Amino acid sequence: MDMNQYLEVFIEESKEHLQACNDNLLELEKKPDDMTIINEIFRSAHTLKGMSATMGYDDLAKLTHQMENVLDAIRHHTISVTPELLDVVFQAVDDLEAMVNSIAEGGDGKRDVSIVVGKLKMIETGNAAYLEAQKEIAAAAAVEEKTAVQIDYDEFERTLIEESHEQGFTTYEVSVALRDDCLLKAARVYMIFEVLEKQGEIIKSLPSVDQLEEEQFDKAFTVTLISKENPQDIEKRVLNVSEVEVVTVTVVSPLAIASNTSAMMQSQSTDKQEAKEMPVTQPENTLDSKQKSTEPDHNKTGTGGKAASKTIRVNIERLDILLNLFEELVIDRGRLEQIASELRNQELQETVDRISRNTGDLQNIILNMRMVPIETVFNRFPRMVRQLARDLDKKVNLEIIGAETELDRTVIDEIGDPLVHLIRNSLDHGIETPAIRKANGKSEEGTVTLKAYHSGNHVFIEIEDDGAGINRDKVLQIALRNGIVTEQVAATLTDKQVYELIFASGFSTADKISDISGRGVGLDVVKNTIENLGGNVSVDSMAGKGSIFSIQLPLTLSIISVMLVEIQMEKYAIPLSSIIETAIIKKDEILHAHNQKVIDFRGKIVPLLYLKDLFEVPVVKEESEFVSIVIIRKGEKMAGLVVDSFIGQQEVVLKSFGNYLTNVFAIPGATILGDGQVALIVDCNALLK
Amino acid sequence: MSKEGDEKEVCPMSESVSKDIKLIVFQLNGKEYGISVHYVHGIEKVQHITRIPGTAQFVKGVINLRGVVTPIIDLRKRFGIEECEYTDLSRIIIVALDDIEVGLVVDAANDVIDITEDSIEPSPDLVGVEEDEYVKGVVKVANRLLIIIDLYKILDREKLKVEG
Repeated sequence: MDMNQYLEVFIEESKEHLQACNDNLLELEKKPDDMTIINEIFRSAHTLKGMSATMGYDDLAKLTHQMENVLDAIRHHTISVTPELLDVVFQAVDDLEAMVNSIAEGGDGKRDVSIVVGKLKMIETGNAAYLEAQKEIAAAAAVEEKTAVQIDYDEFERTLIEESHEQGFTTYEVSVALRDDCLLKAARVYMIFEVLEKQGEIIKSLPSVDQLEEEQFDKAFTVTLISKENPQDIEKRVLNVSEVEVVTVTVVSPLAIASNTSAMMQSQSTDKQEAKEMPVTQPENTLDSKQKSTEPDHNKTGTGGKAASKTIRVNIERLDILLNLFEELVIDRGRLEQIASELRNQELQETVDRISRNTGDLQNIILNMRMVPIETVFNRFPRMVRQLARDLDKKVNLEIIGAETELDRTVIDEIGDPLVHLIRNSLDHGIETPAIRKANGKSEEGTVTLKAYHSGNHVFIEIEDDGAGINRDKVLQIALRNGIVTEQVAATLTDKQVYELIFASGFSTADKISDISGRGVGLDVVKNTIENLGGNVSVDSMAGKGSIFSIQLPLTLSIISVMLVEIQMEKYAIPLSSIIETAIIKKDEILHAHNQKVIDFRGKIVPLLYLKDLFEVPVVKEESEFVSIVIIRKGEKMAGLVVDSFIGQQEVVLKSFGNYLTNVFAIPGATILGDGQVALIVDCNALLK
Repeated sequence: MSKEGDEKEVCPMSESVSKDIKLIVFQLNGKEYGISVHYVHGIEKVQHITRIPGTAQFVKGVINLRGVVTPIIDLRKRFGIEECEYTDLSRIIIVALDDIEVGLVVDAANDVIDITEDSIEPSPDLVGVEEDEYVKGVVKVANRLLIIIDLYKILDREKLKVEG
């Protein structure tokens, strides 16, 4: 069978499940007794196992299977959660990730998993050898007694039954036998489940739902139902499903179950296969809420995962095409508006107004579709921080604030690496070892806060630590040694200016090169990457209190605010991010200095750049005696761009020239204006070099 | 399924005899040229072209092609033929080659003809035109002589640097 068409889905889903595993494992470390979390992890692992087995990735399936066994043991309290155990599980997840990545890159997903599998086996058998034996016996027994099942309940299920009994619910065991000639057994089971779910809550079934779905049963099965209906009604309704031969509804009293405790251990064999059916709620919840929260799960098992899809994946290229087409629509709308205003037909005018409003809304939606929560970048950090902290023998708590902040996909793709670098930096150089922290009167556990928020047209990301802070003298010492600043300059620098020196190339404050952040690439790489994205990064610090790195990023790379200007008959767009201000001056205010035309701008001498000459614009118009100037800046450098007139400020969509025209000097791309014409975007950074 | 497979086995026999090619015919300086329809994505009327400074002479600029900014090459300039004003007949042929999409400005484009691959003669010397190096071959159709252009050479990005 050709699996290629499923491969993409498989990879995406696997990644999601692995991410879920990671998140939940971290959560579990904090709350080792929370069964909900264990169940979540188990569910992810179980799905992963199923998927990889179907796709024929045996190593992947083998490892997940072993992981699942360990999780199962945790679930049944035969193993307790320890950091050492989690290390092994994390290692397993790492291996799984590596395999999935290898598959994504076109590999075969093979990997030697024997070591991790061995470790997991040791964990499992070390504490639960007897369980294994029990399971086999019980499993064998279950096969023999298929028709005469006596359902065993585990502790959780018993609590559930007892509680619902107190609230006036009755527990029934509904045994259903299908007719011998029943063709679609799974379909009938699904229908029966649906009928039963309308009348109460199904807490258990034998054989398990998975087995029922796969038709791994003869013709009879038993379901435990908590309901307020009377047994005759239940029987009648189930009999209404065609091809059902016999239905027996027996009342189960909580007392009878309680006396059945001795059989509990055996029941675990069936529980294991019931990962999906395990209710995920906690006993203290009310029955109503339980019903609600477990319902999606039932649907899922019944219909094969339909309920899970609330989002769909769309290739970003398709969104680009949509955006392109939409822009055409906007242009046509503009023409339509013009025609309508000329014709002065009221009906036409009203229709055009409506179209205008709707296209406006549509535009917002389309632009928003490209936005992705920064969570997709942040969610790998808790795991990374945990590992780093263990490697460095430090205690670190990572707090994430504002993970839901949305950013354009183009920015999201680029921002990951710089953030990794900064977080590593905070852990390695910022947070002190527990002993030092204690000696300094701080809590042993350091805190790194990762915070994202919107402000205006920008997104801010801050990485704050409560560590040692930046040592001014040390920074200066290194900067001097590496020739980044001179003695004279060094003496005049403010604290903040000194801190900024760590972004200079060829700088590393680590006394010894560690493999965490001292890899030879310094923070200058971070600064460069962020600046290339049109953002900037700064740092501030308080000795002994910690440091904070702030990154400012544009919301999107594809939509920018520009100042449209006219040079003769041509229109150019200058990004607002580079503009300080605009000015109109008289020609005789232009001064000459060393063959260079300059102006006196607020006491500063600013050189003028004539875009007309720079861009060889054909001259067709007379020059006026006034000169329009756009003052731009990059770092400390400034220049005045001489243009003919200002058209105004506008949000435009940045477009490249494609693959034929690359590296056009000072023009990184173009945009399409409201009238359908193309205007070129000016790269001020290139002009100032 | 198997039946279709069988048919495919037979097909190459007839294909090897003559491979049909559809050509878009366009005019440039009074001569007729042909380009395989395979590369042609569309033919557009000449619209406003935005000049891009600092590029090769033959790059006229860019147009807005349904929301995509598309570079435009003036084929007269590319071939070193004297430039002339665009007329109502002037067309932009949008061609795509690998990952490059550009428009070629021609004097007119108004015909599509079918030829067989083996009717192309690799003898550009006979034609004696300035654009020798961009010619793949010529083909005779009735009384007409069509010059088949070599898109790879025309879109060679090295040329952009040399002349730019």
